[in-house]
Amino acid sequence: MKRNVFIASLTLIAAFLILSGGTAFCADAKLLRMATTTSTDDTGLLDYLKPYFVKETGIDIQWVATGTGKALKLGENCDADVLLVHAPDAEKKFVADGFGLNRNVVMYNDFVLIGPASDPAGVKGKSVKECLSVISGKNIKFVSRGDKSGTHQAEQALWKASGLSVPDKEVWYVQAGQGMLTTIQIAAEQNGYTLTDRGTYIKYEDTMKGNPPLKILVEGDDLLKNIYSVIVVNPAKCPNVKSDLAKAFSDWMSRPSTQNLITGFKLSGKQLFFVSAK
Amino acid sequence: MNFIIDGLLQAIQLLIHGDAETYSAVYATIRVSVYSMTVSLLIGIPVGFLMGHHDFLWKKHIRTITDTLMSLPTVLVGLLVYAFLTTRGPLGEYGLLFTLEGIAIGQAILALPIVIALTASAVESMDDNLKITLVSLGASRRQVLYSTLWEARYGILAASMNAFGRVLTEVGIAMMVGGNIKWHTRTITTAIALETNKGEFVTGVALGIVLMAIAFIVNFSLSFLRNRS
Repeated sequence: MKRNVFIASLTLIAAFLILSGGTAFCADAKLLRMATTTSTDDTGLLDYLKPYFVKETGIDIQWVATGTGKALKLGENCDADVLLVHAPDAEKKFVADGFGLNRNVVMYNDFVLIGPASDPAGVKGKSVKECLSVISGKNIKFVSRGDKSGTHQAEQALWKASGLSVPDKEVWYVQAGQGMLTTIQIAAEQNGYTLTDRGTYIKYEDTMKGNPPLKILVEGDDLLKNIYSVIVVNPAKCPNVKSDLAKAFSDWMSRPSTQNLITGFKLSGKQLFFVSAK
Repeated sequence: MNFIIDGLLQAIQLLIHGDAETYSAVYATIRVSVYSMTVSLLIGIPVGFLMGHHDFLWKKHIRTITDTLMSLPTVLVGLLVYAFLTTRGPLGEYGLLFTLEGIAIGQAILALPIVIALTASAVESMDDNLKITLVSLGASRRQVLYSTLWEARYGILAASMNAFGRVLTEVGIAMMVGGNIKWHTRTITTAIALETNKGEFVTGVALGIVLMAIAFIVNFSLSFLRNRS
């Protein structure tokens, strides 16, 4: 009896292994692997675009959503065919170092500085430079991504552009080391300020049913532009990457019909990404 | 607080309405843990048994090492396995990165020390008189071995359950090696991490409840089998 149960379970496991195996090992020739930033996935943009891409090009696409820093690293290690990222300086270095080709600017939105509705620092409507000076001067809590993501790199550049050194060990400077939405939530819990891309903020507003504790206080400054580009991983460095599929994706993102789709992508009636006029 | 209760309700909804994304994550989780548990049990039980049953040089030191490996951090295992499986790594040519099989390799590494160490402990902690009694009753060496194995079965079951618990709930390896790709390598734990990052706390709690339900079913079936025997 016991023996029968034992043999029956072994047979079941064996059958399961045989049935479920085999699917994974045949690498699909028409499968494009992309490494991208969290904001394109968290907002739902990629889920929205994918069916159009698959239908129009016949290419299947899978993506890993992570910070831009790690996405570039995955490209360097040949673990992705194409990248959709938003850290222009790091991207230019990536291309200059020979890891990527055809950096193609496909869309943008902007960063916004958000903080408690009561605005204890009194920065509403000021310029970014003034705002950061006030925050560091008055030691007001500021939550940073702290994870080398595109937003983190943009934030570091803003401190420098404001003539300040990038804070590190200061008690008012909180380095979360997490994704954008988690960072916003930490800022909300601690009544602090943070820098976010507008798309993720709209998503946050949406989950908070339109009444978030943190409001946009500084926006529209030229320094706050957030540019997204597609980069094809260089086949000279990575012979196994499907650069033809990657190129097809890059071209598809620039097509007028796709750019219309991106413009039409809305959350709570608000447009999240704007296409770059070339 | 509300999101915990909402999560419970949503968990029931997800399961009853057959939410495709949830079931895809459930299927991925089950597949990957079956792979990793099969490998770690097939290797771990014999090794652990021999380690507990026999005395040999350096035994104490080797036991200390396996005991230490039980506390391997999952993120480190994920990183190490990634280093091997990445296209530029030594095993890159097999294309295992961002696949369930890749995750299973990492999880088997995680589970193996647990199975070995706990199986060895279970065998060691058995009454010494068992062997003496068996031998005095005229049992052959092989019969002694089989009887010891049979007597240690509950200890070995406990070792397996412990390893299963670790494999089922880990998120570091699945995230790093699997990449959390929707419909492919998104397991329940990486889905929870993602939903939490997205601020969808209710869905996170709901998925957590689904995971606990799987653990409960497995434990319940095993204790049912155990009570019958």
